[in-house]
Amino acid sequence: MVRVSFTANLQRHVACPPRTVEGCTVREALAAVFAENTRAAGYVLDEHGALRRHMIVFVNGEAIQDRATLSDPVADGAEVYVMQALSGG
Amino acid sequence: MSDRLYVATRKGLFTLERGSGGAPWRICRTAFLGDQVTMVLPDTRDNHVYAAIGHGHFGTKLHVSADGGMNWEERTAPAYPEPPAGAPEDRCPVRQIPIPWRLEYIWALEAGGADQPGLVWCGTLPGGLFTSRDRGASWELVRPLWDRPERKKWFGGGMDYPGLHSIVVDPRDSRRVTVAVSCGGVWVTTDGGESWNCRADGMRAAYAPPEHAYDPAIQDPHRLVACPARPETMWVQHHNGVFRSTDGATSWHEITEVPPSTFGFAVAVHPRQPDTAWLVPAIKDERRIPVDGKVVVVRTRDGGRSFEVLTQGLPQEHAYDIVLRHCLDVDRSGDRLAFGSSTGSLWTSDDQGDSWRTVSSNLPPIYCVRFAR
Repeated sequence: MVRVSFTANLQRHVACPPRTVEGCTVREALAAVFAENTRAAGYVLDEHGALRRHMIVFVNGEAIQDRATLSDPVADGAEVYVMQALSGG
Repeated sequence: MSDRLYVATRKGLFTLERGSGGAPWRICRTAFLGDQVTMVLPDTRDNHVYAAIGHGHFGTKLHVSADGGMNWEERTAPAYPEPPAGAPEDRCPVRQIPIPWRLEYIWALEAGGADQPGLVWCGTLPGGLFTSRDRGASWELVRPLWDRPERKKWFGGGMDYPGLHSIVVDPRDSRRVTVAVSCGGVWVTTDGGESWNCRADGMRAAYAPPEHAYDPAIQDPHRLVACPARPETMWVQHHNGVFRSTDGATSWHEITEVPPSTFGFAVAVHPRQPDTAWLVPAIKDERRIPVDGKVVVVRTRDGGRSFEVLTQGLPQEHAYDIVLRHCLDVDRSGDRLAFGSSTGSLWTSDDQGDSWRTVSSNLPPIYCVRFAR
């Protein structure tokens, strides 16, 4: 099982409580969350399923590498954080 | 005259109303405070209001109100399809950066014709035009325009990507739609979007090499409007001048004598008098500030042969307000105008611009000003 948490800043627009889901990759874990929260998906991913430009996903503290297809693996017990990438000054 | 005004800003949507007897405009309602509202459309066909929200991190969203802006519901935002497999990447011919098939920004929302209830047009960056036939519940990219080979010539002006910012639906024939793209010229369909032709003959691009200056598909119309009672008369505030068409965009005539400058973003045309139009000039590329620090509106009543410079009630020293392309509007009476600036000032007039009142100098940067017609 994988625990997925979202930035508090997203909660103002769409409720995204932490979820514990099944999944072997970031894509699978997020898909499991978004299956029950379809509106949230559009805030994190673009229309092609890629991570939005100013968003970032950490798996156990490490930023994912594959922002286009989210193929980074997640091990059982992993912590996935969906955050805003700091941009601008 | 219209007594309701919507003002979309960098930090929210403001609804202003005024009472009878010349009462001042007051902000009566706010929505989306803190969020960038890039476009608003009051649809008088059914009292719906559409608002485009550009979240810096979370993407572009569309919200719809069915009660004139009291309550809002998020709808599906337009979405680009996947590019064809194996097709070469779209690249900006100027910046040499990839042009994504991805919604970057909603820059235009317009209602379809009176005979098309629920149909809404949406212009976006990176240049796609979308239609919804169900009040924003679903959207479809207008492929016949997106797939035109000339799109490869389009490029961004102030933005990184080309943007479709003006949509004019002919009130006599809803299937005739004219759109304008920065920088991609003016395009016309007469069959509801099934086929398109570039109609910018006569426009001149001073920013292009001489051999390309008259290429219709690289023109930078900053704003396109048409007279509702005479839709074949169109006005364009272009990057390097003012252009007018009296034949439905088939040909354009440049108007070169506009005081104090031919540069600007916004233009509005009287709803029944096609020769009466208003512009808000500024110093062009080099500075983008009002000429001599004076905010002025210019008005022609003779199709651009002459202009009056209107200053009464507007700041005439050390004013650095720039009025972006969607920030000047005229109501259906043709007497009441409003315009707002990128530094948060909002002015209104009840006498076709002869005199102006400051409604606020403290709003966030203003992106769109529209009367509820």
